[in-house]
Amino acid sequence: MTSAAANEVAAYLKRRARWSPLEIAFWVFAFATIWLFPGKYLILKDTAILALFALSLDLILGYAGIISLGQAAFFGLAGYFSGLVAKYGIINEPLLALIASGLAAAALGFVTSFLVLRGSDLTRLMVTLGVSLMLGEVANRYSNITGGADGLQGVDIQPILGRFRFDLYGHNGYVYCLIVLFICFVLARRVVYSPFGLSLRAVKGNPLRAAAIGIPVKWRLVAVYTFSAGLAGLAGALLTQTTAFCSLDVFSLDRSADLLLVLIIGGTGYLYGGLIGAVIYKLLQDWIANLTPQYWQFWIGLVLVVIVLAGRERMQGWIAAARGALEDATARVAARPAKFASDRQ
Amino acid sequence: MEKGARHALIGPNGAGKTTFINLLTGVLRPTAGRIFLEGRDITDTLPHERVRLGMARTFQINQLFLDLTPLESIGLVVSERLGSGADWWRVIGTKSAVTDEIVEIIERFHLADVMLDRVAVLPYGKQRLLEIALAFACRPRLLLLDEPAAGVPEAERHELLATIEALPAEVTVLLIEHDMDLVFSFADRISVLVNGALFVDGAPDEVARDPRVKAVYLGEEVHA
Repeated sequence: MTSAAANEVAAYLKRRARWSPLEIAFWVFAFATIWLFPGKYLILKDTAILALFALSLDLILGYAGIISLGQAAFFGLAGYFSGLVAKYGIINEPLLALIASGLAAAALGFVTSFLVLRGSDLTRLMVTLGVSLMLGEVANRYSNITGGADGLQGVDIQPILGRFRFDLYGHNGYVYCLIVLFICFVLARRVVYSPFGLSLRAVKGNPLRAAAIGIPVKWRLVAVYTFSAGLAGLAGALLTQTTAFCSLDVFSLDRSADLLLVLIIGGTGYLYGGLIGAVIYKLLQDWIANLTPQYWQFWIGLVLVVIVLAGRERMQGWIAAARGALEDATARVAARPAKFASDRQ
Repeated sequence: MEKGARHALIGPNGAGKTTFINLLTGVLRPTAGRIFLEGRDITDTLPHERVRLGMARTFQINQLFLDLTPLESIGLVVSERLGSGADWWRVIGTKSAVTDEIVEIIERFHLADVMLDRVAVLPYGKQRLLEIALAFACRPRLLLLDEPAAGVPEAERHELLATIEALPAEVTVLLIEHDMDLVFSFADRISVLVNGALFVDGAPDEVARDPRVKAVYLGEEVHA
């Protein structure tokens, strides 16, 4: 009896982590875009980078409940790091440089994680924002190294693994970003379904109880913040590597704020929120910018207000209701001839 | 307290019963005095470390993980205790030691029929059982129960009391409770706390007969 129940429990726990057909379809489509939209590599590449960046925020916001307006700090640090190591020929191979940049961002994440352990959402917003502002000004101050307001110029990125050159059309660049995104996603997915990931959700849900069942809350938060910073860093390094350029706006508040926007659009706490949000955000941006190049942010703002006021759950309710109404209607249409037939009799 | 004891701590509202538990578990720091667990001074030990040393508690007001299921909650505690809580690579449920123990706890606390529901939607009695189950899953040698029966409707009460009485004998239990039926049927020793100080301490029948206790506590209950 017990063993049957044990099997059921084990099966359920394993099923939680299994890839659903919808997820597989999502990634098949993502890789199919390489062949489906050959003229759109630049926007696709930007979307992949934004998605990776949003994934990093989702890990701390959606799973550990740490809200941040300072992910740009890690994005920017790794952006400059990868640019500088390429410019001065310290690490010529882009993949190695990417990993080194991610580690540099993770190191910064580890150090600054101790600042966000305590305090409310508001203090966390201010502390994270403060860190990214400070880094931005440091980059501005040492313009002899970073290029200051002119940006980091003269960055020459070598071919990936010595073979794949970053071409003008952005094909290799996009494939590179997509593969990195996928690997990071698999890693993050593995983490959130592990005991460690479950303990993060517990810490987010009830830190008092989490400590009362023996979870070292502080170290779990430090670990996930460090991991998240590393992923944000990879996104920043990808941007520098694929554009062979890095400017001060990698540290900008806009960049961190956009990221929250992406997660509000896509939703938090299920990993795909950042990816779907990034796709919708980029599509909206592209579409609206074509309609009204000057005022596109007006419409983005409107979408944001509608989403937040309506609330995601209510919108899902609308969609469900609309689907229900549609099914009712089709059922009625299908039933009508029969009814007429019975009326005539 | 003796190993395996069933000790009840009672006292009027505001006597300091919950404060006492907060001090024992490290939520609050004592301003004077030391705290010992099995002869070991744990006054400066952090709350989550005290859990590893064998002391777990429940809360007077439920402190649960509302977005998880009972299965996930218990699985979390068990894997945490077996040292795989920081394991970020393995998928939960692949270790049979963990799943066997999850099943044992789910059955002991009568949670099998709701184990896949979100905790937030469980009936209050089941939430109360889960509250104890989470503490029990820490495999404590000392279990502190803070008013486990508080607010549980009559229909679900019996299951809860039976579960508490069926706790294994090797676990020492300190029970804080206002429900005198539960206190007197369960405890083999009772301490009465009044205004933060130990007032009376003794076997249940002694305490029940003590006229001072009747005056400050039991008497109040009768009149109230």
